[in-house]
Amino acid sequence: MSFLLELGIKVILMLAVVLTAALVTIYAELKAGSHMQTRIGPYYAGGKWGWAQPLADGAKFIQKEDLAPAKADRTVFGFAPYVVMMSTLAVFAVIPMGPDIVATNLDLGVYFILAISSLSVLGVLMAGWSSANKYSLIGGLRAAAQLIAYELPLVLAVVAVVVQAGTMSMNGIVEAQQATLFTIGGVEVALPYILSGQIIGFTIFMIAAVAELSRIPFDMPIAESELTMGYLTEYSGIRFTMFFLGEYASLVALSAIATTLYLGGYAVPFLPESMENFAGPGIFLIKVSFLVFLIIWIRWTWPRLREDQLQSMAWRWLIPLALFNIALISVFKVVL
Amino acid sequence: MLNQYYGDYFIVAVFIVMGAILVGAAVGMSKMIAPHAPGGLKDIAYESGIEPIAGGWNQSHIRYYIFALLFLIFDVEAVFIFPWAAQLGYFDSIGRGVFALVEMFIFIAILLLGLLFAIRKGVLKWE
Repeated sequence: MSFLLELGIKVILMLAVVLTAALVTIYAELKAGSHMQTRIGPYYAGGKWGWAQPLADGAKFIQKEDLAPAKADRTVFGFAPYVVMMSTLAVFAVIPMGPDIVATNLDLGVYFILAISSLSVLGVLMAGWSSANKYSLIGGLRAAAQLIAYELPLVLAVVAVVVQAGTMSMNGIVEAQQATLFTIGGVEVALPYILSGQIIGFTIFMIAAVAELSRIPFDMPIAESELTMGYLTEYSGIRFTMFFLGEYASLVALSAIATTLYLGGYAVPFLPESMENFAGPGIFLIKVSFLVFLIIWIRWTWPRLREDQLQSMAWRWLIPLALFNIALISVFKVVL
Repeated sequence: MLNQYYGDYFIVAVFIVMGAILVGAAVGMSKMIAPHAPGGLKDIAYESGIEPIAGGWNQSHIRYYIFALLFLIFDVEAVFIFPWAAQLGYFDSIGRGVFALVEMFIFIAILLLGLLFAIRKGVLKWE
C-alpha cells in the first residue's frame, strides 16, 4: 500500500472515531447529568432517548450568526478556535488502538502529547484577550494560571510511567505493561500499571486531567455564576461550537492517554497477542468510556473549588506528591 | 531510517493541518447558511446587560505571573527528567542504577527546596 493512501485512510478513520466519540460524550454528559440530578434532559430529538440531541445542537449552532464585539481583535478572535482544535486533534496521531492500529508510533510519543496538548492554553488565552470583555479577560487569565499549574503534576505523573516502562513510545508503554510480573503455578501474570505500582500516579493524573479540562470541581475559568462563560462569553454560533467540540474531544483524548498509560491500553491480561489487532480497538474504547464516565460523574457530583484552593492544591500537594511518586517508582525500578 | 523519522512527523503535521481544515470547513459552511447583520447592540461587549464602562483591556492585576515563573522552572526541570527516566533501566542494567538514582535525587531535592522557599516567601498565598 502506498504511503499516501495509507495516510489518508488513517486520517479519515481517526477523524471519524474522534468526532463520533466527542458527540457520544456530549450525549452521555447530557443524559448522565440529567439522571444524576433527577432532571428530564434530552428526550425528544431523534425519536428515542433524545439520541440526536448533539446533532440537533450542531445543526442549530451552524445557522446562528457568528458575532464578534466591535472592539475585539478580530484576527486573534477568529484564530483562537483553530489553535484549540489543532492541538487537540494532533494528540490522537500517536494514540494506539492496537499494535498496528496507530497513525504513527513516535519514539517520543508521551513527550509529544504533553508538548502539543499544552498549546491549547494559547488558544484559551487568545480567546480571553481578544474578546475585549472583562469577563473574558479574567476567565482567560484564570484558565492560563490553572492550565499551567496542573500541567506540572500531569507531566511529573507521566515521568513515573516512563521510568517504569523505560520508553516514551505509546506502543512501547502498552507492551511494557504486558511483561510478566510474576508467576503463579506456572501461569504468567502481567498487570496494567494501575495495579502494579502506579496507583498514586494514576490518581494525580486524573485530578490534573480534570483540571486541565476546566471541568467541575476545577471550572473557575468558565464559572457561570461568576464570569458568565469566562473566555467563551463573546463566542457564539459556529466558533463556540468548535470550542465546545474541542473541549469534549480533549476529554476523550485525556481519557485515552490515561487508558494507554495506566490501564494497559488495547491489551487485557491473558488475551493472546495475535488477537490484539482484532479486539484491541473494542477493548480500548471500553476502557476509555469508563474513564470518560468517571470524569462526567465527578462533574455532576462535586461543588466548585475556590481559586486559591485550586492553586495551593496543585503547588503544595500534587507537585510534591508527584515528585515523591517519581522517587518511589525509580527506587523500585533499581532495587527490584 | 531518517526517511522513517520524517515520515512519522509528516503524519503528525497532517493531523495538525486536519484540525485547521475541520474548523475552517465548519466556519465556511456556517458563513453560507448563517445570517450576517452586524451593528446595533450586538456589537457591544456582553457584561450581563449593564453597559460596559471603559474598554475590555483595562489594567488588571495579573496575579498569576509569579505562577508562570514557577511553572517555567518546573517545566524545564521536566525536560531534564524525561531522558533520565527513559534511560534508568539501561543504567541499572550496566550496574550504575544507584548512581543514576542519587544524581536525580539531588536534582529533585534542590527543586523541592526552591518550592519550599517560594511557599515560605508567601508567593503562593492569595492576598
